[in-house]
Amino acid sequence: MKITGAQAVMKSLEMLGVDTVFGYPGGAILPAYDPMIEAGFEHVLVRHEQGAIHMAEGYAHATGRVGVCIVTSGPAATNLVTGLADANMDSIPVLAITGQVATTAIGSDAFQEADVTGITMPITKHNELVHTAERIAGALKEAYYIAKSGRPGPVLVDIPKDVLNDLIEWHWDEHIDLPGYRPTIRGHGKMVKEALDLIASAKRPVIYAGGGLVRADAGEELRDFAERLQLPVVTTLMGRGILPDRHELTVGMPGMHGHYAGVKALQETDLLVTLGARFDDRVTGRLDAFAPLAKVIHVDVDPAEIGKNREVDVPIVGDLKVVLGQLLRVLDDKEEKGLLEPLLPDTKAWRNHLDELKRDHPLLLDQPETGVLKPQTAIRAIYDTWGDDAVYVSGVGQHQMWAAQHIPYSRGGQWINSGGLGTMGFAVPAAIGAKVGVGRDVPVVAIDGDGCFQMTFQEIAAAVQHDIPVIFCVINNGFLGMVRQWQSLFYEDRLSQVRLPQDCPDLLKLADAYGIPGFRVMHVEDLDAILAKAYAITDQPVLIDFRVDPDEMVFPMVPSGASNDDVLETAEQWYARAAALAAAKLAAAGEDQL
Amino acid sequence: MNSNHTLSVLVENKPGVLTRIAGMFARRGYNIHSLAVGPTDDERVSRLTVVVGTEAVQLEQIIKQLNKLVHVLKILELDPDDAVEREMQLVKVTADPATRSQIIEIAEVFRAKIVDVSHDALTIEAAGNPAKLEALAELLAPYGIREMVRSGTIALSRGTRSITDGSKLRMQRAV
Repeated sequence: MKITGAQAVMKSLEMLGVDTVFGYPGGAILPAYDPMIEAGFEHVLVRHEQGAIHMAEGYAHATGRVGVCIVTSGPAATNLVTGLADANMDSIPVLAITGQVATTAIGSDAFQEADVTGITMPITKHNELVHTAERIAGALKEAYYIAKSGRPGPVLVDIPKDVLNDLIEWHWDEHIDLPGYRPTIRGHGKMVKEALDLIASAKRPVIYAGGGLVRADAGEELRDFAERLQLPVVTTLMGRGILPDRHELTVGMPGMHGHYAGVKALQETDLLVTLGARFDDRVTGRLDAFAPLAKVIHVDVDPAEIGKNREVDVPIVGDLKVVLGQLLRVLDDKEEKGLLEPLLPDTKAWRNHLDELKRDHPLLLDQPETGVLKPQTAIRAIYDTWGDDAVYVSGVGQHQMWAAQHIPYSRGGQWINSGGLGTMGFAVPAAIGAKVGVGRDVPVVAIDGDGCFQMTFQEIAAAVQHDIPVIFCVINNGFLGMVRQWQSLFYEDRLSQVRLPQDCPDLLKLADAYGIPGFRVMHVEDLDAILAKAYAITDQPVLIDFRVDPDEMVFPMVPSGASNDDVLETAEQWYARAAALAAAKLAAAGEDQL
Repeated sequence: MNSNHTLSVLVENKPGVLTRIAGMFARRGYNIHSLAVGPTDDERVSRLTVVVGTEAVQLEQIIKQLNKLVHVLKILELDPDDAVEREMQLVKVTADPATRSQIIEIAEVFRAKIVDVSHDALTIEAAGNPAKLEALAELLAPYGIREMVRSGTIALSRGTRSITDGSKLRMQRAV
């Protein structure tokens, strides 16, 4: 029996095991929305196509499965661009299906035509314009496989309207033929041994654990490996929770707003055991001053990451879960033969030192008992309310950094944010997608800023309509807080276009407008009672407006472009450093004049 | 130190593959000196020859980034001392009866061919390495070059080895 290309899209998605797609119908994709009525998966109707792709990302983040979105041609497809770039930066497996004008109209500047494969080429792992209906099943199958395998990423499949309408014989097979795409899964045995030898001889080794471990679902292997060799672990913004924060070997987060001990661990180490991290500039600070004493072991599934920013002593290309398994097996072998001892580095003094740093340099928070609510206090209280079971999703800015710093994460995938691209507006749709992925029993809490929230809050309607009970928390400080912080610190407090009235929109009225419960916390003393009320609501979305101290800044902070040696823990330290630099400059200028 | 490197790249003969490669070079800030693309003996496969001016560390990154493109099948850096590299050049040069024989003489020295003759011009076809073609153009310049076109470099390694040796590609082709 012959079926249409559109039916082939539905059948392909069913064969791939897709349970939910996030989408928005329109002209060129219309043929697909007809057989969708009978399709074996759910469709979440978003309010803007950017919402569809961020939901697909949130779903993928939370479940490890491929997130799928489907939209029409032209403006709908271009509305995916931000999300595709986001997924590309953070290696999130997403399949985006876009409608396209009929093949006969392509290139004619037809209504709602855009060169979508051309536009998205640099921000997808791969993409394809499907020319025939016979190709649909193969294109979707390959796209799905490419998205989730190797270094995961977004793949876009663009399908013209006439191709969706054409009749074909349905054919599906599992065979994948991609001669130019063969990700390396197993690490090189010799390199694995070399890595262990290098670790054995290190005095101050540290595991630099990135988001690649989360993508590879390698939390257990990481814990075993770190425990066997007693290696301290820092977890990057994308890797938070992959070793639980409460684990004794966890040092904290490195980077521009990392924990003090996390930053210092990387600066003082003599061996970076880099697992699925990419020496991002927000972690390294000034690259030539980063981890100056360290040799480097780098394990990554993407060979192009190895040696990209930092020269590597022992490179291992492979899937993190598999390579850690290989490392553990070598240790097992040695143990059986009674040869384990020489492979164990003596890290006791180093660990003690890091523990001291942790103890002596905690996150600083000056919260009065009554009155003003500090944003960090709000975030800690959110965690105290929803706890270790919940998934936390953030936008981008100060609230993101506080949520990354102050919540003790306990598993990979529990913390979802936009790391590489820094996409404001990510939280609301990503949290909705994550909630669809994790289901009823796991609370999903969006921790958003007031700036971010206003970029995408229209998706609350989708959460209401499709009965997706997410807790939306707005850390409302009436500012584009991170921008304001930079203006304060780098532009002499000359604030430019960063004020957002805390009352506009009135979030309680907004909650009302969407027909969901809304709460507002004005003072710290109200926090617990209001959160208890919000916690009791589990059957519909909730919106909470936290009116927080507008002047609070994120610390610790490594000044942009500075060395990680210059990590500053308070605004006072910051201003003291700035004054010293200015004085030194003046003195130098004075000498010049002489 | 920047120097020129010649990469031979086998790609699947699919729409947009050249755009993918050119786009990757552009967005990562790599410099393409020359690019030539054409079919191979297998109709499913095209071969690109890319000359890039770069340092060794960046070259490694370029090769790795190229390898990430799904349609790229194989990349080989050709050693200039162990490869045959050629460019083609067509030059239309002003030639009156007084200068024509001199120009033909120059062309013969370079083993170039006269491919078109008209009243006051000659078109010369020459192939060779860039230095040779530049020398030819320099000698022709005093006569008046009306227009000139040069192809990108194409290259093959010397000896019996082939870029497809030992790769899956060849196995597939044998099927």
